[in-house]
Amino acid sequence: MPIDVEIVSPEKRLLSRAVDMVVVPGSEGDLAAMPDHAPMIVLLRGGVVSLHEGGRVTDQFFVAGGFAEITSERCTILADSAVPVGELSRTDGEARLRDAEAAYEQADKADVPALEPLLERIQSARAWVDTAQS
Amino acid sequence: MPSLKDLKARITSVKSTRKITSAMKMVAAAKLRRAQSRAEAARPYAEAMQRMLATLARSMAGRDGAPKLLAGNGRDQTHLIVSVTSDRGLAGGFNSNIGRATRRLIQQRQAEGKTVKLLPVGRKGADYLAREFREQILDRIPGSAGKDVPFSAAEALGARIAEMVERDEVDVVTLVFNRFNNVMSQTPTEVQLVPLALPTNDNVVGDGSEATYEFEPDEETILARLLPRNLQIQLYRAMLESAAGEQGARMTAMDSATRNAGKAIDQLTQKYNRTRQANITKELIEIISGAEAV
Repeated sequence: MPIDVEIVSPEKRLLSRAVDMVVVPGSEGDLAAMPDHAPMIVLLRGGVVSLHEGGRVTDQFFVAGGFAEITSERCTILADSAVPVGELSRTDGEARLRDAEAAYEQADKADVPALEPLLERIQSARAWVDTAQS
Repeated sequence: MPSLKDLKARITSVKSTRKITSAMKMVAAAKLRRAQSRAEAARPYAEAMQRMLATLARSMAGRDGAPKLLAGNGRDQTHLIVSVTSDRGLAGGFNSNIGRATRRLIQQRQAEGKTVKLLPVGRKGADYLAREFREQILDRIPGSAGKDVPFSAAEALGARIAEMVERDEVDVVTLVFNRFNNVMSQTPTEVQLVPLALPTNDNVVGDGSEATYEFEPDEETILARLLPRNLQIQLYRAMLESAAGEQGARMTAMDSATRNAGKAIDQLTQKYNRTRQANITKELIEIISGAEAV
């Protein structure tokens, strides 16, 4: 029994497909969604979404962050932006990383709650660069 | 009575006007299709987000410390009104409807003794509001100028509004935009963004999926991230609907302008022919009476 995976960005639906298993990069660690998964809402970190079919990975997308809603029959990924891993550009990732690090440098280090999103931006950009080179 | 030459010139000028309006109608029709398909494409994300928000809000119900973007800051003094119009005119009543609706809302709020601040998106609305409420306009946000609406525009505006709410600079945020019913009709609509008016009935979620959700990391963290996003999405949807509505309104306006021009041309042509005939008759009478006199 397959699970329906949908990857949507604010501008359009990027993918809608039934697969055996999907692995999403949750903020607290990767998690796999298969049919009959308990209903769950997950915050995503920057990382790779892998679609598994017939025992192997058939497609991989890089998401820069977002949310995922998992129910027993489907998994909806609300991505800030999603790119097939093969088309990921390393230079774009490096530019993002530089921007993120510059923003972090300028931020007020005493304002801890405000630092969190900046750190997440750095993490997401690092994941981008790492994914692009491998 | 206008001379033949004047009439001819007027016919030519109305004809070229008709050419322009019918070309504008074609362009609007093509742009409308594009704008509609973009609005269509943005729907899945917005719907999934609504679903998640409803789930989260249900799970958070009855707890204290809801984020300001969801529950407001408890005050009701400073109102921010965001109105979405187009950058270009010649679209019938499209922009002035929004202008009037916004103006009415401002006057109503001011009569209740509230402070009103404005953030108009699109040049036309900003110009309209600047006549009467110049002091209250915080900034003018440029519209899409007939091109595709990028999500980044809504993203920046949403982030800015979220920041104002967090800093308690505004208490209530209302969005005024043209809802796209169909090509012929757009209705000015008010939507309250902060505090968020969530759909109270559960049919957004659907029956049978009332199962309790797990949250990772936890409800508060997810909600804190989801709400600013939701604000951006709401703005984005309003901008997309307004962009589609603008093209629809322009198409309708240009269609009737083209038809009016056609009617004017018919009338002028008739007048031209009558005048020409009258002139010929007059000349003939002159010749005949001249010949008789000899």
